[in-house]
This record gives sequence, structure tokens and C-alpha cells, in this order.
Amino acid sequence: MTDTTHEARHIPDRIDTPLRAAIFSWPVLLLVVAIALFVLNSFASPYFLSPWSLSDATFNFTEKAIIALAMALLIISGEIDLSVASIIALASTMMGLALQLGVGTPGLVAIGIVTGLFCGVFNGFLVTRLGLPSIVVTIGTMSFFRGISFIVLGDQAFKGYPASFDFFGQGYVWWVVSFEFVLFLVCAVIYYVLLHRTNFGRHVFVIGNNPMAARFSGVRVERVKFFLFCLTGLMSGIAAVLLTSRLASTRPSIALGWELEVVTMVVLGGVSILGGSGSIQGVVLAAFIMGLVTFGLGLLNVPGIVMSIFIGTLLIFVIALPIVFRMLRERRS
Amino acid sequence: MKTLVRSREFWLAVIIAVMIVATNFRSPGFASPGNLASIFNDTAILLILALGQMTVILTRSIDLSMASNLALTGMIVALINAAYPAIPVPALMVLAAFCGVVLGAFNGALVWLLGIPAIVVTLGTLTIYRGLIFLIAGGQWVNADAMSSSFVQLTRTDLLGLPLLSWYAIVVAAGFFLLMTRTSVGRSIYAIGVNPTASIYAGIDVGRTKFVAFCLSGMLSGFCGYLWVSRYVIGSVEVAKGYELTIVAACVIGGISIAGGVGTVVGAVLGALFLGVINSALPVINISPFWQMAISGAAIILAVVLNARGEKRGGRVILRQAESAS
Repeated sequence: MTDTTHEARHIPDRIDTPLRAAIFSWPVLLLVVAIALFVLNSFASPYFLSPWSLSDATFNFTEKAIIALAMALLIISGEIDLSVASIIALASTMMGLALQLGVGTPGLVAIGIVTGLFCGVFNGFLVTRLGLPSIVVTIGTMSFFRGISFIVLGDQAFKGYPASFDFFGQGYVWWVVSFEFVLFLVCAVIYYVLLHRTNFGRHVFVIGNNPMAARFSGVRVERVKFFLFCLTGLMSGIAAVLLTSRLASTRPSIALGWELEVVTMVVLGGVSILGGSGSIQGVVLAAFIMGLVTFGLGLLNVPGIVMSIFIGTLLIFVIALPIVFRMLRERRS
Repeated sequence: MKTLVRSREFWLAVIIAVMIVATNFRSPGFASPGNLASIFNDTAILLILALGQMTVILTRSIDLSMASNLALTGMIVALINAAYPAIPVPALMVLAAFCGVVLGAFNGALVWLLGIPAIVVTLGTLTIYRGLIFLIAGGQWVNADAMSSSFVQLTRTDLLGLPLLSWYAIVVAAGFFLLMTRTSVGRSIYAIGVNPTASIYAGIDVGRTKFVAFCLSGMLSGFCGYLWVSRYVIGSVEVAKGYELTIVAACVIGGISIAGGVGTVVGAVLGALFLGVINSALPVINISPFWQMAISGAAIILAVVLNARGEKRGGRVILRQAESAS
């Protein structure tokens, strides 16, 4: 898992995509799965195709997907952050505390986002400055951040957020299009540009493939990684604002277990857990797939826990399938 | 003597002792043999699980599915016990370990045969195994009144002043100590963690050794499935939810390097005991149990920082020590 000695990979400047490779690429495969799920769902339940229920479906995954965008970059660079759900808990708790002090809506949003950013800085400092393995550090901060929420709240909850605060998690920008969903799409475009169209994004891939070579090529490995941890913290802070607004309350158990769902989303999106490859398109499609699966099965009265079997199987299946195919092909030749 | 003082296990033991003594000042009787025994008994399950996690982490993998495996096997044996109380409980214990091995072998096979990273495989099986509990039990709980008295008693009966649960932990720890230091399986597990490439040249099958490590962690998870259900007298979907990371935490505190190859049975045992002592000390010194999570989080971060420093200074020494232990 922490094996850093990958085989050398070929990284061309410009990737020529023959039609065949384009058709069998991971995002296309995911797109097919997503369309299939959409069609299956509309046959399975008459309620699925109504615009309002589709809009409701987006609420199930947008907050996680917003974090998954930043997590994708972090995993591509060869690190991981398991503390994202706890950052949500801490940021939400800080917003609740500010609320008790009479802070208004703009202040609450700022506090949520800044707390998230601060948590990201803390993770980034421990990993890049002290040179610690991110998986252990973030398991530690995962307990630590949520632990602070438990100290502050115990078995209580913060309630009574102002009505103007409701907009972020419950408001609609236009007709059935929610604010959360629009924010997710905007973030997805920003992250697409950042990862696939800038030098910074190229550095992220290089670091994930070979940190040593990256350093010798003049890439500031530690600084890039630090920035990615900050980004992940920031996105978790934004997700905290959305979720707190949607639930209109803060409990220390808020978003419990989300870290694994976010990682599942990223890996399902074709990002290699070993780092070095992946795409934002894939992650966005994976978010839609997970949303469609949970919502479609929900309409059919399948309990949440059974859906998780489906998601877990999907995760292993989509990763195992290409490996099995490759093995069969190698055996034949 | 010098190597003993320099080992992190020694310092961890000192810290645990200091914590016990300090708590004893605040609340006399905390360090009494009876109370220490009860702390040990409370920690027994975590201790066994930490040993399983340790074997997997040593091979540069991780098993996040242990808690789900535990809950699933616990539910299986609880349901069998409720349906057929006549089946002797020791047979159920063997069955629990066997179910655990099967679930662990599934993880191990995916890692070994397909080469999927362990963290991805066990992330998947973490949700799958827990979901299966719901399917086999139909969302029902198995309560105390459904369990036979011997099912509940086989963790509680006293033997030489300690409950049987504590004895299971002692036996497993002793067994693992022998396994890791006195057998070729244990040597191979360390070897592939320290240097997989060199291990291949030494004739060790890296994939198969990982598979064995997953079977071992699965076996212990399954066995703990019975212990957990018997001790807390409840079988449900929620059993040990989120516990997988506590197990990893115990290992990290015990000085087991997440990068593989470094760590000892004594370290894993002490890591579990450290968390156990904190959990029992907090209520005694009038700190709300809600502090527990933040403190164990801080302990993990601190342990990682200290471990990293230790590795930088004395990496070679640790390796030689591990070699001379065989």
C-alpha cells in the first residue's frame, strides 16, 4: 500500500487517443454504466423520472462528491486523507459555537470554510513537514477532529440556524436545480481545469508516478502535496457548510463514515489508489453512479445497508474486471 | 539491557505504568490487581484484533474489514446458537474462527491472485460483510434471552482469578509471539514487509504470504466475533461499527510501522493496553468519556511522530534486532 517503487510508467506529453482506446477508456465505461443505471431505474420505478425526485437524488451525493474532487488529486499524488468526515464534524461544530455567539450567516459560512482549511493545513503540515505517512496521520486526526466535536457537544446538538443559512443546503438556484448541485458542477469544472489543463495538475501526476524523479525535475513535491491537503480541507469545510445547512443542526456524529464513501467514489472513478493516474471526468461519473444506485434502490424500498453491499461489490468488481481481462489476454498470447 | 531501554516497547510500557500510577493518586484502588485485571479483560478483544491487524500491516497491507468480519461471524454464531442451543459452544467457537478464515481468505485471494491493493479490497469487503449481516438476520437483533447460558458464560467463567476472555487473549498473544518469532511463516511475514524483492530471491512467495496474513487476521476477527457477542450479549448490524480504525490505532501506538516490516507482538499488545488504560482512567479522573476520542487521536498522532523519529535515528538497529530475534 505504501509501496513507493512503482514500475516506471510512460508519460507522453500529449496522449494520442486512437478511437478504440477512447471507447474502452474508464470514463466511457462509467458513462455506459451510468446510462444503464438511469434507464434501469426509470423502468423499475414510475417515480424516478420526475424532475423533483431526480433533484432530490442529487442531494444524496453532492456533498461527498465535492470532497471527492479534491480527494482525487490527493490520491493521484500518492497520499490519502481519511479525516475528511471528521473535518466536517469539527467545522460544523465551530459554526454551531459561532451561532451561540450570535454570528450571522456570512460569518457562519466563513467560519466553516476556514475551519476546514485549517484542518487541511494541520494534516498537510504533519505529512509534508514531518514526513509522516498520510494514512496513519489522517487516521489520527480523524479521531482528533471528531473528538473535539464530542468534547464540545457531548450528547447535545446545536440547533436554530438562521433562516437565511438554509439556502446553502436546501435552496434552489433555478426551478429544481439546487444550489448544492450547481456548486458541485462549478467545482468539477474548476478541478478539471486544475488537474488536466495546468502545470500544477501535471505536477500532481508526476509526483504520483515517481516522487523522486519529480523532485529531480524541479517539482516542489512537498509544497504541492501541502497545497493538496489544504484543498481537501477547504472542500471538506465547504461540504460542512452545505450539510449543516441541509440538516439545520450539528451533532458530533455528523457525516460519520463518509471518508470511506468518498474514497470509494474516487477509486470507482478510475483513480489508482497507488497514485499517478485518474481523471476528474471519472470521479464525476462515479459520483453520479453512486447517487443513482442509492436513489434508485431507495425508491424500490431497498434498505441503505443492502445498498452498501452493492456499492462495495461495485468497487471491487470494477477494479478486478480490467485486471482479469488483462490476465486472460496475457495467458492467450 | 541497552537494547531493551532503547526499544519503543519499553518506553510504551513505562508510559502505561506512569498513567496507571498517576491515576491511582487521583483515585486509590485504580492500580489494585482486581481493577487491573478488569481493565485487561475489557481490552482483551482489542488486543486479539490488534495482533491480527499487525500480521497484515507487517506485510505492507492493511485489513479494514476486521470489524465487519467480526460483526458478521458474531451474528452467524449468535443465530446458530439461538436456533440450535444444543450445539456445544466450543464447536461454535471453532466455527466462528473458520467463518473468519473464509472471509479473510476472500480478502487475501483478491490481494494475492489479482494484485488489487489491500486497502481497496478491504474497503469494499468492509461494507459488503456488514451488509450481509442485515441480509442473514433480516434486520433483527439477537438478544440475551435468545442465547444459551453456556454461550454467554464461556467468556465470563473464572479460571485462576481471571475470566476466560482474558485467558483467550493471553493464549492468542503467546501463540502469535511464537508464530512471529519462531516459525518460518513469521519470518516470511517480516521479510516481505522489509524487502519484497529480496524475499522473492530468498524463495518466499510474497503473494501467498500476504494471503496467509489475511487468513490469520480473518481467523482472529472471526474468533472475536464470538467473544464480542458473548461479552456484550448482543448481535446486531451495529456491532463494532467503526472499530476497524481503533484496531489500526492500537497497532500504530504499539510502534508497528504502516510501511511494513517493523513491529512486534509485544508492541501490538501494549498499544491495545494503552488505549484500554486510557478508556478506564478517564471516567475515574472525572473527565467526560466524550474526551476519549480526541485523546486517542492525539495519542496516535504523537505515536506516529515519535515512531518516525525513532526510525530515522535507529532504523538499522531495529532491523538487526528483528533478525536476531529469530
